[in-house]
Order: sequence, then C-alpha cells, then structure tokens
Amino acid sequence: MTFEEIREKAQAQWEGLKSITHVLVGTATCGRAAGALDVIDAFKNELARRSIDVPIIQVGCIGLCYAEPLVIISKPESFRVVYQNITPDLVPRLVEGYIVGDDPCLELALGTLEIDDRGTPTIPELPRFEHEFRLILRHCGYIDPENIHDYIANGGYHTLEKALKMRPEEIIESVKKSGLRGRGGAGFPAGLKWELCREAEGKTKCVVCNADEGDPGAFMDRVILESNPQEVIEGMIIAGYAVGAHKGYIYVRAEYPLAIERVGSALKQGEEMGILGDDVLGSGFSFHIGIAEGAGAFVSGEATALVAAMEGKRSEPRVRPPRLSQAGLWGNPTLLNNVKTFSYIPLIIGDEREGFASIGTEKSKGTAVFTLAGKVEYPGLTEVPMGTTLRRVVYDIAGGMRKGKKFKAVQIGGPSGGCVPESLLDIPIDFDSLRDAGSMMGSGGMIFMDENDCAVDTARFFLDFTTKESCGKCTMCRMGTLQLMSILEDICAGKAELKDLELLQQLSEDVKMGSLCGLGRSAPNPVLTTMRYFGDEYKAHILEKRCPALVCKDLIAYYILPDKCDRACEHCILVCPTEAIKGGKGEIKVIDQEKCSKCGTCLEVCPPEYNAVIKISPVSKLPPSKMEKESSAEGGG
Amino acid sequence: MKGKGEEFSTEQLSTILEKHRSEKNGLIPVLLEIQEEFGFLPREAMKRVAEFLGMDPIDVWGVATFFNQFRLTPLGKNHVKVCMGTACHLAGGRLVLEALERELSIKVGETSEDGQFSLERVACIGCCMLAPVTVIKDKIYPKMTPFKVEEALIPYRQESTVED
Repeated sequence: MTFEEIREKAQAQWEGLKSITHVLVGTATCGRAAGALDVIDAFKNELARRSIDVPIIQVGCIGLCYAEPLVIISKPESFRVVYQNITPDLVPRLVEGYIVGDDPCLELALGTLEIDDRGTPTIPELPRFEHEFRLILRHCGYIDPENIHDYIANGGYHTLEKALKMRPEEIIESVKKSGLRGRGGAGFPAGLKWELCREAEGKTKCVVCNADEGDPGAFMDRVILESNPQEVIEGMIIAGYAVGAHKGYIYVRAEYPLAIERVGSALKQGEEMGILGDDVLGSGFSFHIGIAEGAGAFVSGEATALVAAMEGKRSEPRVRPPRLSQAGLWGNPTLLNNVKTFSYIPLIIGDEREGFASIGTEKSKGTAVFTLAGKVEYPGLTEVPMGTTLRRVVYDIAGGMRKGKKFKAVQIGGPSGGCVPESLLDIPIDFDSLRDAGSMMGSGGMIFMDENDCAVDTARFFLDFTTKESCGKCTMCRMGTLQLMSILEDICAGKAELKDLELLQQLSEDVKMGSLCGLGRSAPNPVLTTMRYFGDEYKAHILEKRCPALVCKDLIAYYILPDKCDRACEHCILVCPTEAIKGGKGEIKVIDQEKCSKCGTCLEVCPPEYNAVIKISPVSKLPPSKMEKESSAEGGG
Repeated sequence: MKGKGEEFSTEQLSTILEKHRSEKNGLIPVLLEIQEEFGFLPREAMKRVAEFLGMDPIDVWGVATFFNQFRLTPLGKNHVKVCMGTACHLAGGRLVLEALERELSIKVGETSEDGQFSLERVACIGCCMLAPVTVIKDKIYPKMTPFKVEEALIPYRQESTVED
C-alpha cells in the first residue's frame, strides 16, 4: 500500500467515526486510577441493556487530571460535550440524556470540545486554553493511541513521507534552524547533536528514546507515550534517517506498564503498515524499533547511565567525551533524545512557515510541557509557549492555590531543580531564566507548595531521594548527599546550630563541584534554593525550634483547645493509636504529650464544627496542662 | 507469584532463559521476567543466569541490587506500596506510611511473619492529583489518611482469616 492509500483509508475511517455518535473515555494511568475502566464497563452494560450500538473508544489524557474520569460524548450533528468526574452511577444518566436524547446533561459537563483553526482540540469554556499552546499534546486525549489510523488521519506520518524525499543534511539543517533544544532538561541544541551523530564514524548507529522519567512528580513522558506514541515513533524514524541509523530503542521504565503496552501496540501497527521495517514507506530505508525496559533507577535518566543499563550493566554514568554520538550503545554512535524532543520533530521538519521557531523566546524556542501537581486547584498537564510567566501557569492555568491558601513556592524540575518563590513569579519560563533563578527546567515537573509546606522539610525530602538514588560512583555525591541529609535532619529535629547553615552551604557547593553527572551536580539545588529564598525558615528551626509551616514532627505538638472541645464527642479518643487522649464522658479531652506519636489522626477526625485540635510550634509554647497549672499555683501561692 | 523462600521451579527458569537466548545483553529483561514469574530473584536463579549469559555471578548480583525494581526476598501475599513522590509527600504520605507500619507491625521493606503483608515505599506512580496514594495489591487507594488505613486493610485481613 502506498502512503496515499494508507492515508485515504485512515481518513475514511476517521470520517466514518465522526459521522456517528461515539464515546471517548480517558484511560491513561491517571484516568484508570480515578476509575475510568469501571466507567467503561458501566457504559457497555447500559448500552447493551438498551441494545444500542455506540463505539466506546479509549483515549489518552487531555491533561485535566483533576477532572478524571473524563468522558467525551461526540454526536455528529451536535456539540461534543466533555464530562468530568464521571462515576459508574452517572453513566445511565448520560446514556439516557445525551446518547439517546438531546439533553446534554450540563450539570455534569466541563465544557464542549471544539477544534480550533490549527486543528487542535480545545475546551473554550475553560479559560486556561487561551493561555496554552498545544503542539505535542494536541492529539492527547483526542485520538485512540492504539489505532494508527487516528494518528494518520490527523496529519500523522505526513512529515515522514516528506522527510524520506529530503537529503539527511537538509533534515538536520531544518532541526538546527528551528532552534529546538533537547527536552530532557539540559537543553542541548538538538540539531547539533544530530549533526555530530551523522558525522560520526560507525556502521551500526542507533537512535535511543529516553523515556526513563524518574522525577517523583513528573509524568508528561508517560502521558505522551500513553496518549500518542505514534508521534514519538515518527520522530524517531526521521531521526534514524537523518543520522543514518537503522535501529531504534525506546527505553521505558518498568513502572509504566501501560506506556510499555501502548508503545508495543503502536510499534506492531507501524510494522504492519510498512511504516516501520525493512522498507519504510517504500523508500528502501530500513528502520526497526524495540522497547528496552528500565528497572527503576533515577540515575538511568542520565544518558551514559541509560546506555549502561541497556547493555545490561549497573546504571553508572561515565566520563564524556567520548560523547554518545561518537561512542554510545555497544560502542556505536548513538543519538539519544527525550520523548518530547522526538515528539516535536514531525512538526518541525519541512515546515516552511517555521511555526515552531516563531513561538517562544530568543534562546528557547517552541513550547514547554509541565506537569502541575501539589496544592493547586487543577493539577494536570499543560503546554505553554516558552517565555510564559510562572504567574500565568499558577493562576490562569492551574487555577491558583487550593482552598484559597497562600502560594509559597513552586519546585520545578524535581530533585534536580530548585524552588522558586513568590517574588520570582513574573520571570518568563525558559531554559536560561530558570537556571539563573537557581532552578532548572529539568523534567518539567512543577510541584506547588502553599503556606502549610515546610521549605526545610521539602529540601530534606529531595535529599532523601537523591541519597537513595546516587549510584555511588563519585564520593562527593555518595557521601556528600548523605551528610547534607543528616544536617537537614538535625535542622528538622531542632538539633542544629547556626553554624551548620554555613556547612550546609559549603558542602552543597562541594557536592556540585565534585560530582560527575547531573544527579550529583544538581542534587544540592533544592537545598541551595530553599536556603536562598527561605533562609528565615531555616533560622526559625534552629534558633526558635519552631517549624513555621507546622510540618516537622519533632518541633510540633498536637493540642486540644479546651474551649472548643465538645465534651460529649469522643472521636479522637476512639481513633488515637497510642491511647494518648484522656478525658471521660462529658469531659474536655486532653492529649498526653508523652504518649502522643504525632500521627495527626485526632486532627483529622475532630468534627469540623468543633475544629478543636490544633498544631503548635515550638513545643515550648504548649499551654501548661491542668495538673501542671494546679501544682504551679500551689507552689507560687 | 509462586514459591516461598528459595524454592523455585528450574523448569520454568529454563523456559525463560531459552526465550532470551537470541538477545544481546539481555540481563535486565531476563531478571525482570524471572521476578515476574517467581515474585523475587532467588539466589540460585541468579547463579543460573550468570552461567547462561557467561557473566560472573557478582555482576548479576551487582545489577540485581542496583535497580529498585528487583527484590531479593519474597513478597507478602498482599503487597502494600506507599507512594512517596513529591506530591504525596506534601500531602502527608509519611504519616500514612507510619500508620501502615503501626497497623501491620512491620517496617517498610519487610514482610509480615505470616507472609500476608509486605510494605514498600515507591517513588511516584504518576497519579499526583490523587495524593497521597497507597496501592494494595493492584488497587489504588486515593487521598489516604492515617485514619483510613485500618479500614483499607480490612478486606485483605478477612481474606487471610477465611483461608486459615
């Protein structure tokens, strides 16, 4: 079959689907966790019960994780309606209302799905879509990731067809001209990397896609692979053709079973259609892609460490040069790029309008994809033009802080990144300005913190992570992070002295200097940035033994406000795991601080109408208990 | 998951190894598949893998102990995973982990004596909007709190008493 025939078939199939009523359900990992598969079963049952034949299509994630399970009902002559937080018991209502009848069930709707003039699905009712610019996410949650026709009908593999008629040098020139920088975090110019690999000596070159997304709080690569794997594959084939490779690998972490499954099915379909294999689209160019499963190590995200893991070794980074483009997998020239970098390729090659280069800032072109998590109203995924301010992302896209709490900081780039405080919210997001702020683009994971999150505890959390994930090769990283961690633990426990801050600063600089790879060189970033922007909080822990955010366990105490406690209620007594709460029927409840394990359960169960349990820091501020009061009164009197 | 302690079927192991014969440097895929079959990496199986791939056993051990996915001891019948990603940490994941340790009377990384429960911390399972998250067997428990822990464990505890 020629590509023209493939395309016609795909288009016909897509038009066919559009002409009938159908249901789309988001079933990426996030949708599944929220119960999407139960919703699908409910639809099947309800439709079967009514003997209606309506296709139910599993799609990926549209980026509105807070609204999962997300259902879209598409009717040929009416609006496509997007429904949020659908549970199985709501399904009969939707079937009755909008599939059988004409009631769009607006009380369950999030908005309508419309296709804008660039062909990108948007939900105009949500103001966030005005600020987003979806390039690589444009099909996510809209097309079936396990049906290659959906991708082709929406413009997929057009670029590959075009690229195969270009000279490899022209393709590389096109990547260079676009200004695309690698999306793995460091921002190395992609075109230059491709050129180095093309020029390297070696017969069996290969292309590797880095999908070892290890940052605990970033999940955009997973979403892309689960929602539109063909886009990544198309980028890889073009890369293979440009650098002269015939073999590609997608290295996915084993923690992402659904991504592995969907990539596997995408590859199989590509082979069946002649898009992958010995004769790519009849051009004579041969390219095969395999999946390599990672076994879970944060350091494997580092390019040379990833290659070591693929060779079946411990995933330890090595000294560069030689660069991977000269000597990579099994010694062969290897082109290694991140999932997102490959995803951009089909949009860039042969685009005479230079659409990609026209978006973004002078040195950071195109868009940036971020995952939004933590204490914001609308956690999820977003794609914005480079240069968008953080304030816009926090307030216009993520919906501001949850429960009206005050914004404190955003941690960008996970354990390698740094935290950015309120005062820097107006900086434009791009590779360079984030680095100047002490943070980095890194994975693109954004975690939002509010006034109830402790800066010191957050730094300790990230150090705990990097300490465990350090591969152990460099002493400064292996032992240095451990020492940093122990100083931070002392601070959180109120056992540190002021001079420890100097040590913390110095050691952080030393770990950065004395480590070979990005893991060690960036591990102290969370410490350095929190010290820089929240120095007062460190001092409060040390000098006053006080945790201003009321997080650090050793510096807080739970206390029941006597005037708020409803004497008849015994919720706290019943749940306390250490029997630390005293007070009989009709008496005010009191926490025995000696016995209290500070699990917080009493605070959780105390009915909101009383709200009697509070946290106090420093512990010395705890009001004296009744008995102590009596004895001091006697003594004093 | 089959087998207890160091018992495993050598036949099944041979089948797995044969499947990987044609692959180049397939150590990690082989180990992942062995673990999938037996629930952990039995010491004897690792020795066989070393022999099969022409490697020193110490190098297989080195890889098996390097990556987080690999386990050297069997898991409990009900494997409990507590997400300790950043979002879950901020939402109080540590309190949930401590509550589970207290309820199950085991520390993180351990398996209960009766083999019913094992407890593990994992770094982000990618559903941050449901934080803090706990996974028991394959079921995801969203927005966990120390108070909800006891209730979540009830069905698994009942199941084990019924069997006994």
